[in-house]
Amino acid sequence: MASHAPQLLMESLTKKNNQLEKRIPMNENIPLALEARKITKRFPGVVANNRVDFSLKKGEIHGLLGENGAGKSTLMNVIYGLYSADEGELFIDGEMVEINNPHDAIDLQIGMVHQHFMLVPVFSVTENIILGAEVMKGTTLDLNKARQDITRLSEGYGLKVDPRAIIEEIPVGVQQRVEILKALYRDANILVFDEPTAVLTPQEADDLFRIMRQLTEQGVSIVFITHKLREVMDVADRITVMRRGEVVGTTTPQEIDKRGLAEMMVGREVILEVEKDPASPAEPVLQVMNLSVNDERGMEIVHDISFEVRRGEILGIAGVQGNGQTEVVEALTGLRSPASGEFYLNGKEMPYGNPRKLIEAGLSHIPEDRQRHGLVMSYSVADNMVLCTYYESPFAKGLQRNKQAVLENAEKLIADFDVRTPGPMVHAGKLSGGNQQKVIVARELSRPVQLLLANQPTRGLDVGSIEYIHKRIIEERDNGAAVLFISAELDEIMSLADRIAVMYQGKIVSTLQVDQVTKAELGLLMAGSEV
Amino acid sequence: MDRSTFWKGFFRQQRPLIILGSIVVIVILYFYLTTPVITEAVLASAVRHATPLVLGAMCGLLGERAGIINIGIEGQMLLSAFIGFLVNAWSGNLLLAVFAGVAAGAVLGLLLAFMSVTLKIDQIIGGTVINIIAVGLTGYFYQAGLTTEGKLAPIALGKLAEIPIIGRPLFNNPPITYATIVLVFVVHYVLFYTRWGLRTRAVGEHPKAADTLGVNVYKIRYINVILGGAIAGLAGAFLTLEAVGSFERLMTNGRGFVALAVMIFGRWTPLGSWGAALLFGVTSAIQTQIQFAGVIDIPHQFIGMLPYLLTIIVLAGMVGKSRPPAADGIPYEKE
Repeated sequence: MASHAPQLLMESLTKKNNQLEKRIPMNENIPLALEARKITKRFPGVVANNRVDFSLKKGEIHGLLGENGAGKSTLMNVIYGLYSADEGELFIDGEMVEINNPHDAIDLQIGMVHQHFMLVPVFSVTENIILGAEVMKGTTLDLNKARQDITRLSEGYGLKVDPRAIIEEIPVGVQQRVEILKALYRDANILVFDEPTAVLTPQEADDLFRIMRQLTEQGVSIVFITHKLREVMDVADRITVMRRGEVVGTTTPQEIDKRGLAEMMVGREVILEVEKDPASPAEPVLQVMNLSVNDERGMEIVHDISFEVRRGEILGIAGVQGNGQTEVVEALTGLRSPASGEFYLNGKEMPYGNPRKLIEAGLSHIPEDRQRHGLVMSYSVADNMVLCTYYESPFAKGLQRNKQAVLENAEKLIADFDVRTPGPMVHAGKLSGGNQQKVIVARELSRPVQLLLANQPTRGLDVGSIEYIHKRIIEERDNGAAVLFISAELDEIMSLADRIAVMYQGKIVSTLQVDQVTKAELGLLMAGSEV
Repeated sequence: MDRSTFWKGFFRQQRPLIILGSIVVIVILYFYLTTPVITEAVLASAVRHATPLVLGAMCGLLGERAGIINIGIEGQMLLSAFIGFLVNAWSGNLLLAVFAGVAAGAVLGLLLAFMSVTLKIDQIIGGTVINIIAVGLTGYFYQAGLTTEGKLAPIALGKLAEIPIIGRPLFNNPPITYATIVLVFVVHYVLFYTRWGLRTRAVGEHPKAADTLGVNVYKIRYINVILGGAIAGLAGAFLTLEAVGSFERLMTNGRGFVALAVMIFGRWTPLGSWGAALLFGVTSAIQTQIQFAGVIDIPHQFIGMLPYLLTIIVLAGMVGKSRPPAADGIPYEKE
């Protein structure tokens, strides 16, 4: 496998530059498959959609672009009947329609591929597809006929699935095909894809784009919701940008570039490249010596690695996921006891498996999975902001908590870090992903930071939040913290890090200055070959 | 699902039950060859012991397959037993009494569905409410000295009842016991081979997925919980009208809770639950035989513990990885 990996990786790297073939701009006279006029949807405290106009031409891929919380999903949920609009009109093929529930939408041949797949994990592919539109033989489900229908459908559209496979046992990319088939099985000719690439690997995403193209050739019209600029530029025929519940404008990939789109999305000029001064590294803050870490089954997964991070520099760890990065982070944050080796913070040896000691020594940690390891979703924003310090003054007095201090702290951090929340007492689970991440960043950076350990801190976030978090990380560096930064995104590592350590199969195979390496070389190193 | 995948899945899912079942068959054969009369008596008694348990378990699994935990089975059984008993004592009609018991169970099912689906109350609290209501009402209205007019008698199914070993236990039973055996297969068919069953299981695993496909989650949950209540009501009617012939305070004696254990041991399937209930029934029957025979010099309280002890051992040790429906106990909120 190791010998093939470099080629595969190079292929995916070059594919990025070699965009999918674009089609000629569409004829203006193509009829509309779907039109939404002046849709308004209010939720308590927010107007999620404010007099939104949207139209979908037959056979086009229409990118709906916007930051998290801009109202894209709300609009589509109105069209799919999951929400009912407060005002506005919907037209399908030029006729006004009322869509009060998903059933109505299905009847009108609208299908939706949800961001979080609407699949029953323990059901087979067939059972998931026929649910709600079952084929019967008398009172009994006719699964044989259903399987034949599905096989025919999947072959017709080039969506390969095994109708007998159980959903939880197949890869995410295939699960998504099942979602698409579910809609096609109901004769959908308008398909809404809600953030379809969020869960896919780059290769799976390319597959999906090919499938989308193919579907439009067969007469399906597609709405493609995303916040990723590259994707709309690659596949969309037209692009509508939403911001804060309103449509900013509609354009085509030929008329605009990424920077312009980003500006439309965020409402101001966005710096896509990270701006930073050269690093001025001082003494080492974190020294790791001969660290080995085992996984759950007792297999050694990190082998005898040593490195250091200095005050005032960002060390990026690059690597394909699953090469030991997670385990290194867990060992350094006290979540997992290493098998052997030691690590020092400011020259003091740190104990194994003692997160509080590490935190008190100046470790800040932005974890990989913000919902599982970063926040207590059912706690308020205010409580989440003192998770590391709740037992100290001023947040506690003896055995008692000082709620006033917790609240004041939260209000200050919400203002300082621009967390968009209805209030400090709202559950963390109610916030959008970007704002959840800001709560974590606020908590971790509001303490004196010696070492900042940021593991994929921008995963799944929108452009505005990514820009903000990058800025904050660089600020910490410039204020004299040492930063250890882990990311699977090469672009991000190259723009943020000062030095890069490449991990492959549990070892650090190379440590390089960022200005002395190209992306292609990094890709090869990540795939385990020598440069 | 065609036949071969069905059996493959069946063997994979039910492996501990199959192993246990084989052991049981061998043991039964051994005892039948040594003491045929007692063995047949034990088996017949096991089937009847199992009846309220498997009915209770099916009540539980219909609810849980649709995502509603029902710990009020005990209360549903108790109140139905009482209502069935009262109706019979007043009217003298056994069939009417059985229907009254079933209806009482269904009404309590409706109450649970209303609390957990519409009001979205914590389902454990909802079930507890039902248990307390049942204990309170039956205790308050109970009159000593009332008896039923007759009880449901065994009907022998001709020659079938004369088959050695299985004849007496399976083909010489009173009506509710027969109905139970039929129900086990009916519920199995409904749950795994019909549209309703597919939708029920989808709602219990991922209600939002079902909702986005136009399946009415609330309706499915309501109907399943009400049907479950009716089945628990049948179990209650069994106790007063078929097994005992009168009503006593708290006569369900924990069967509703044992039924939940039976359901889990049976992995939320009717057939599995039946097997588990029979196992429990056999131990109960053996326990009675030991007490009658007086062969062992152990205080009867300890022998009486046998079935319950077995439940604990089975639940703790033998079930292994059994997984409840993913959305079990979680109220569904439409956005």
